[in-house]
Amino acid sequence: MITATRKPMEEILKSVEPFSKILLLGCNECVTVCHAGGRKEVALLGAALRLGRLQKGLPMEVEELTLERQCDPEYVEELSRTIDQYDAVCSMACGCGVQTIAERYPSMPVMPMVNTAFMGASESHGVWAERCAGCGDCVLGYTGGICPVARCSKRIFNGPCGGSTKGKCEISNDVDCAWQLIWDRLKELGQTELYSKLMEPKDWRTARDGGPRRIVREDMAL
Amino acid sequence: MSDFEPVVVVFACDYCAYTAADVAGRMNLEYPAGIRIVRVPCTGKVDSLYVLRALEKGADGVLVAGCLDGDCHFKNGNLRAAARVKALKRLLDEINIGSGRVEMVQMSAGQGAVFAETARNFVATVQELGPNPIKHAASQAA
Repeated sequence: MITATRKPMEEILKSVEPFSKILLLGCNECVTVCHAGGRKEVALLGAALRLGRLQKGLPMEVEELTLERQCDPEYVEELSRTIDQYDAVCSMACGCGVQTIAERYPSMPVMPMVNTAFMGASESHGVWAERCAGCGDCVLGYTGGICPVARCSKRIFNGPCGGSTKGKCEISNDVDCAWQLIWDRLKELGQTELYSKLMEPKDWRTARDGGPRRIVREDMAL
Repeated sequence: MSDFEPVVVVFACDYCAYTAADVAGRMNLEYPAGIRIVRVPCTGKVDSLYVLRALEKGADGVLVAGCLDGDCHFKNGNLRAAARVKALKRLLDEINIGSGRVEMVQMSAGQGAVFAETARNFVATVQELGPNPIKHAASQAA
């Protein structure tokens, strides 16, 4: 999922300073799962915003709504009849949601309430960790299901580097060396021959280096 | 502000603090009249939103009163509540309402005296903090 965390209240309160009636808009997808911008977080931030503004002596009307998805035009369309009554939309979705709203409603200010972080998985309740960097050319099949792009600090393809000590990365003792994990898993799978094979330089054009990316499915596009 | 009588909402766990409040009553122990007890099945049920709603509706302080460590009927509801209260305190500081208006306290069902004393102490703390700042702002805005 795409993970996110709420922005600091100081920044949020500053961004809504000019407005007296806002729509606080959650998203029922990734940000709900990572407890950053679902219905519950909308209610919490709504209450905090009302309290924060009242404390400053500047009451603000906060209407709360959570869409099924903010990154799909069909759900964003639901707002078309009511959006004009607000001074601004404060989105608790990831950056994709914020931009979908901004694109559909060009005259409406849209403020992000969360910082979108990374594509991650849940390690335990309340803990998420980066697992995919969306490089556009997946190598997990050769690396024992452990990603050297997302989980190696240097993103190297023929690791480990000299900074690997007792299974930990040199950047921190809290960070596992991805290549140690890869080696351990390949051993367990009986696939150590994959480790011996040199991996060629990666073509990063499929990643962000090739500019903004787009997927067009001709069999589906209308 | 000596005539200020704070309204304090106490979310009291049925297995400990709620019974302790009952014991305090039976022992004829006094505690401030502004204490409003809300019985909950476990402090683990106390959503952060309950606390914020109480403050939004004008409470001057909120106590979350749960079982002693290791005594939770549901294993760790009290610890979950304590973690939530900690996060709420940070949030309340961020919006200048003040973290002191919310506290997590722990007691056993028989500790009526502890309930009364905790209530008195917390009300005194809130008295020092003054009324919930939103009340003043809301009355000015009206």
